[in-house]
Amino acid sequence: MEKENLFGKTLSELQEIVYELGFQKYVAKQLTDWMYKKRVASFDLMLNLSKSLRLSLQEKYELHFTNYSNVQESVDGTKKYLFPVKKYQFIEAAYIPENERATLCVSSQVGCKMGCLFCMTGKQGFQGNLSSGEILNQIFSLPEFEKLTNVVYMGMGEPFDNLDEVLKSIEILTSDYGLAWSPKRITVSTIGILPGMKKYLENTKAHLAVSMHNPFENERKMMMPIENVYHLPKILDEIRQHDFSGQRRVSFEYILFKGVNDQQRHINELARILNGIKCRINLIRFHPIPETPLESSSHETILQFQNALKRKGIVTTIRASRGEDIFAACGLLSTKEMVKKQNEEY
Amino acid sequence: MNDSSKLTLYKTIINRVEEITPDVFVLSFSRTEEFSPGQMLAVALQPKDQARLYSIASGNKENDYRILFNIQHQGYLTPRLSKVNVGDELYVSKPFGSFYGTLMADCWIAAGTGIAPFISMMESGLGEQKKLIHGGRAENSFYYAELFESKLKENYIRCSSLQTGEHYYHGRITAFLKQSNELSTKRNYYICGSSEFVVDVRDILIEKGVPYTQIIAEIYF
Repeated sequence: MEKENLFGKTLSELQEIVYELGFQKYVAKQLTDWMYKKRVASFDLMLNLSKSLRLSLQEKYELHFTNYSNVQESVDGTKKYLFPVKKYQFIEAAYIPENERATLCVSSQVGCKMGCLFCMTGKQGFQGNLSSGEILNQIFSLPEFEKLTNVVYMGMGEPFDNLDEVLKSIEILTSDYGLAWSPKRITVSTIGILPGMKKYLENTKAHLAVSMHNPFENERKMMMPIENVYHLPKILDEIRQHDFSGQRRVSFEYILFKGVNDQQRHINELARILNGIKCRINLIRFHPIPETPLESSSHETILQFQNALKRKGIVTTIRASRGEDIFAACGLLSTKEMVKKQNEEY
Repeated sequence: MNDSSKLTLYKTIINRVEEITPDVFVLSFSRTEEFSPGQMLAVALQPKDQARLYSIASGNKENDYRILFNIQHQGYLTPRLSKVNVGDELYVSKPFGSFYGTLMADCWIAAGTGIAPFISMMESGLGEQKKLIHGGRAENSFYYAELFESKLKENYIRCSSLQTGEHYYHGRITAFLKQSNELSTKRNYYICGSSEFVVDVRDILIEKGVPYTQIIAEIYF
């Protein structure tokens, strides 16, 4: 029988596990020290645990990290890591160094169910949720782990469609028993799964990013089917219930598509619907994906859009295009790898 | 529009449970709210359970809501839902969502239980001028076939990779769409099913010249 990997378990989960094995709950804290602070992946090396506990753990559980299987490096230093999850399943994590910052973009699912028109990950369908351990493995197994300053949940998948595991991973990143990171180093991006977003905002202090891409509901739902379920005004209503006046930030991601969402009326509507929310709009140039009917707005249009929003008093940035020579689009590398492995098999 | 932001659940009573084909159930329960055909409900067996979303599969003049589901054996809710009895309690949200049916000559495309919103639209009087393309494995996968057959006649197309016969296209919906030379680029296309299904169908329609602005999708997640 396959043993369960302990990596990714929260302190309370570990307390239950050791208790069920017949040991005191306090030893779970020693376990988290080894696993998350010392990043040790062998029970044998946990020398302050009793031998009987180590044997009991070994009998029912395992402890391992999974190394990446492929990496692509851009001329600008960005690296895209491919991690195997299950047979034919791969996830991507992008390491993006920039001056004093080093950000890792992690995946929360294998594939995605949301079916956004402009997304490559959606084209490979949905293969499964990542466990908290599989999410954290992208961080802990990163060769540049020690350099990391920030983590963004913006890779493959919709984090709030896998909320429990995402919350567990954030708990381990931010708790004293884990990495003890400030929650301000973490941003979770969503297309707007409302119940999940509400629970995330209530239970963490990390930043939020919302993929908006169009301020008009009727236009947004043609690109993002989720708009048929959870409407943008309700998302904004929920955001208004939370305090973003201090260190916690909310930002809105906005990919600019030529002739689709880059006109003056979009600027006006953005200013109208975001009125009263202290936020930032992050403009993104579109990296075309196969068979898409969409094109990127020109650089000039993006600059004009940014300036127009700034004139309306909205903090607006243009996301620097990083790793263009290796990226094409999030999801492309894992899709290729999945197809390659399937072809090898048959 | 109903407020879906809190997904508050209200107690209702199950009035009918029917296994219409092996592992596929129709559940009827009392309704108190108005709804637009195509909308959905969040459904749970206990008020504190995580609710799952189901398209309403009944007409908007009926006294009960109906939902259609197949058992996901690895899942939490559907195996339990399949064992409920008449008179049991169920917790449901107010109807929400905007996958609205119209009076236009739309084309509906569904896979499996993705037919649910179109049953609601059909039973709410929105079936005129419609074309329905439904994909399923076998004859008993074409839920509510009699309803669609009687109203849509030749505009009801069943795609099945197992079933053959004069009423069926032998193959998947995607194959049917790729072969079809009659896909109007003027119609609106409403698609309902899994994300893989919706993405595949949408890609084919766009390749056939249908503007993406005329494709409205409801994805089961």
